This record gives sequence, structure tokens and C-alpha cells, in this order.
Amino acid sequence: MKFTEEHEWLRAEDDVVVVGITEHASEQLGDVVFVELPEVGTQVTKDDEIVVIESVKAASDILAPIDGEIVEVNEVLTDEPGKVNDDPMGEAWFFKIKPSEPGQMDDLMDEAAYKKYIG
Amino acid sequence: MADLEITPLNALHRELGARMVPFAGYDMPVQYPMGVMKEHLHCRARAGLFDVSHMGQVILRAPGGHAEVARAMEALVPVDLLGLGVMRQRYGFFTNEAGGILDDLMLANRGDHMFVVVNAACKADDIAHMRAGLSGVEVEAITDRALLALQGPDAEAVLETVAPGVAAMRFMDVGIIDTDFGDLWISRSGYTGEDGYEISMTEDQAEPLARALLEHEAVEPIGLGARDSLRLEAGLCLYGHDIDTTTSPVEASLNWAIQKVRRAGGDRAGGFPGAARILEEMQTGAERTRVGLRPEGRAPMREGTPLFAAAEGGDPVGHVTSGAFGPTIEGPMSMGYVPCDMAAEGVEMFGEVRGKRLPVRVAKLPFTPANFKR
Repeated sequence: MKFTEEHEWLRAEDDVVVVGITEHASEQLGDVVFVELPEVGTQVTKDDEIVVIESVKAASDILAPIDGEIVEVNEVLTDEPGKVNDDPMGEAWFFKIKPSEPGQMDDLMDEAAYKKYIG
Repeated sequence: MADLEITPLNALHRELGARMVPFAGYDMPVQYPMGVMKEHLHCRARAGLFDVSHMGQVILRAPGGHAEVARAMEALVPVDLLGLGVMRQRYGFFTNEAGGILDDLMLANRGDHMFVVVNAACKADDIAHMRAGLSGVEVEAITDRALLALQGPDAEAVLETVAPGVAAMRFMDVGIIDTDFGDLWISRSGYTGEDGYEISMTEDQAEPLARALLEHEAVEPIGLGARDSLRLEAGLCLYGHDIDTTTSPVEASLNWAIQKVRRAGGDRAGGFPGAARILEEMQTGAERTRVGLRPEGRAPMREGTPLFAAAEGGDPVGHVTSGAFGPTIEGPMSMGYVPCDMAAEGVEMFGEVRGKRLPVRVAKLPFTPANFKR
């Protein structure tokens, strides 16, 4: 599993990458009340704002961690945004992306580096 | 972080695992481990304990007792204070010459003097304003007392164990009760829409009293996050957001707080800053008014969201002044200002969120029914 400085996790699954936010991010956000997902088929570039999360406190964006095409989104989160707090590293993944530059994954942090990053 | 002030409960908040944030110059708990959503729901279902010690407590005295203070204060506040019963409290606000609101506050007739509670962010200005505007009145800022709020359906039973007699109080009654925690200044009031009490105690008693209340399984500590969603569901204004120096009490739909005797034709009509504008607006109406708003879907429309009459084109007709997700109503809610001809319940308009215009309808306030014990 790989991690970004924006507190996303990425897990390679065959030829796609599953993306969510970390436990740390979900704790910092507080109770999530709204999630807006990108459309399947969207071509995204690293750092595009593609997901909006509203918590009880504020709105935040999730950035595309790598270049690629959105091939699936987790529609469950639209109706049950609270799952982002319940199981951020598992059931509450946000989207699956088909990388166009798979090498970008190598630039991301591994778990040990991420743990050090969040201190 | 520049020199934040702390309340006497600061160590207890940290012990309870609160996440602390700067608020109005104080280091305050925004939430506890339970989280904003559950804290909110707990307060509506059982009872919540809030540290509101950052608010300003002020005693006003004059040789002529409460009546003299009330007469002087009526020159600053458009509220019937001479008619306020002994050991009764009333909501009011300081107005400015332009008819805007300088702060909102609670005013209590405590027999031989008046006790007021003002917002933390405004307290220095409020005290200066009272000292300048109240001749012959001694303005004493109470800096050695803390303030707690205990709110929710179980508040009465819990507080009765500490301060016997509070169950007999009605909404907006005030009392001074001698207890194991010293003399408590108690009012049956709050800012959540629930029944409950606000309790002032000497600062050395704040932690022992808070611990005694938290020992009850009905009581959980509640942070500023849930305090905000609770007051918004209750349709209550937050100073600096829903009301400020640019909003008149009439625009803010606070006419109810200006009693007949202070209105045009009343025995003590006017005589407060901005009376000309405010009394005229009360008769002819303001151009805009504060309303409740329910966005469609789940996305909250937060403070500053511009409101449009149509899905496309045109200039904004108003804006949102508070917006959040309402845990009890299980949906987003906002308050904002709109033209009076768009203020009827059910009128549809559009709030622009992240560049998209989303539908929102005018809704009745409060969003949740008040549970006051009148």
C-alpha cells in the first residue's frame, strides 16, 4: 500500500488502483456528512480536485494521486458518508483509477514513511 | 499561537481527550472523542455539559437598584427591562446608531442589581460600551467565575441532585442557590433549543462541579462543534455570523425580542441607538430578512454561499450566514438573508457551491422544535 502527503492510500488491484483516505485523515476530518464522487470515465491528472468531502466541520477536496481514468466509484458513500469514519481503510474506498503513468506510484510513500510523516 | 486565554476547565477538557481550538481568544474544546455528530444527538436525547466560561459575566448596580439600572440600560438595548420581573431573564441586544447589532446578550433582574451575559468575542467592547453609556451605573466585570451550560431532557433531574429546587424553575427563571459547590447563579436557559440551565460558579468550583455532573451516565461533555449545530437546528443566531453591525433586528427576524412598550406607540417607545430605523422597519418592513434554508441533497451550504433566484444568470439575491449538517434532522441546514418577497416557506432558490447552483428552499425555523419548560 502507498500513501500521499494528502493522506490518501493507494492499493494496486490487478491493473487498477483503489484509492481512499487514511484513518488519520478521517479522524482529522471529523464526522463525514457528504461525499461527491467523480464520474466514471473521467480522465484525471495528478492533483486535480476530484472528490469533495464535507464533514461536520468543513469541506475538503481529495486530489487525484496519479494520472489515469476513473473506472469505478464507491456509490455507497453518497448515501452513507459516515462509512468514511467507520472504515476508511477498507469498505470506504472512494474510487478506482486505471493509471496512465504507473511509474508515478513509485514516488509515493510506503507505510513506514507515511507513519513518520504524520508523526 | 498568541497567548490564548484558558478557562478553569482547561485541564479537564484535555483529560477528557478534547480537541482544542482557538475560539474568541480562548483555548476551547471543539469536540471530545465521541465526535460532533454523537455529541449533538446525545444532548438532544439525554444531557450535554458545555464549558461557556469564555462568555462575559457582568453585574450592573446603581443606588436605585434594578429599576435604575434597567432605565439606564433601556437607552442601549431595545428591550423592556423595567418590566422584567424579579429573578427573570430576557434576551436582548445592543444596537448602534445605524440600527445594526453590536452584540446579543442575556439580561437578568436579580432584585437589587442586573446580571448580564455577553459573547466572548465582544465582551471587552460591551463593557466599554456600558461604562460609556450608563451614567451612575457601576459596571463590574465578573472575572473570577466560570460558566457551564447543562442542556437536554435529563438536565433537570441531574442538576436537581446538585442544586435542589431547580426543577421548579421555569424557562428564563433565574436563581441563586447555595450548594456544596458554593453559591450557584442558575438560569433555566441555554442555546441549544433544549430545556436546560446555565450555571455560574466561582472558578475554584468549576472542575469539582463539572466532574460531579459528568458522573451521571446521562451527561456527556459537548464541544463547540456540536454547540454550533445544536443552536443552528434551534434557529438561534450566532453573533458575528447571522447578526452583526450590518444587520438590523428587524432584518434578523428578532422583532419578538422588542416588546410592545419599546415599539412605536408604546409608553417607552424608542430611546435606544438606531431607534428611527428599527421602529420604521417594524412598521413598514425591511428589504431583506433572515430565513431558514433547507438545501436539497446532502451537501451543506456554508456561511458565505451566494443565493440566486434562478438556476442560471442574474446577480445574487442574498447569502448564507450559517450552514452545517443537522444531525437531528439528518440533512443540511442553513440560515441566510433573502429579499422579503422570497422569504415565504417553500420558496425555491439556488445556492452556488463549488461553482454549481444547487436548489435550496426556504424552511420554517427552528428546524427542530424547542423543548423549553415554559
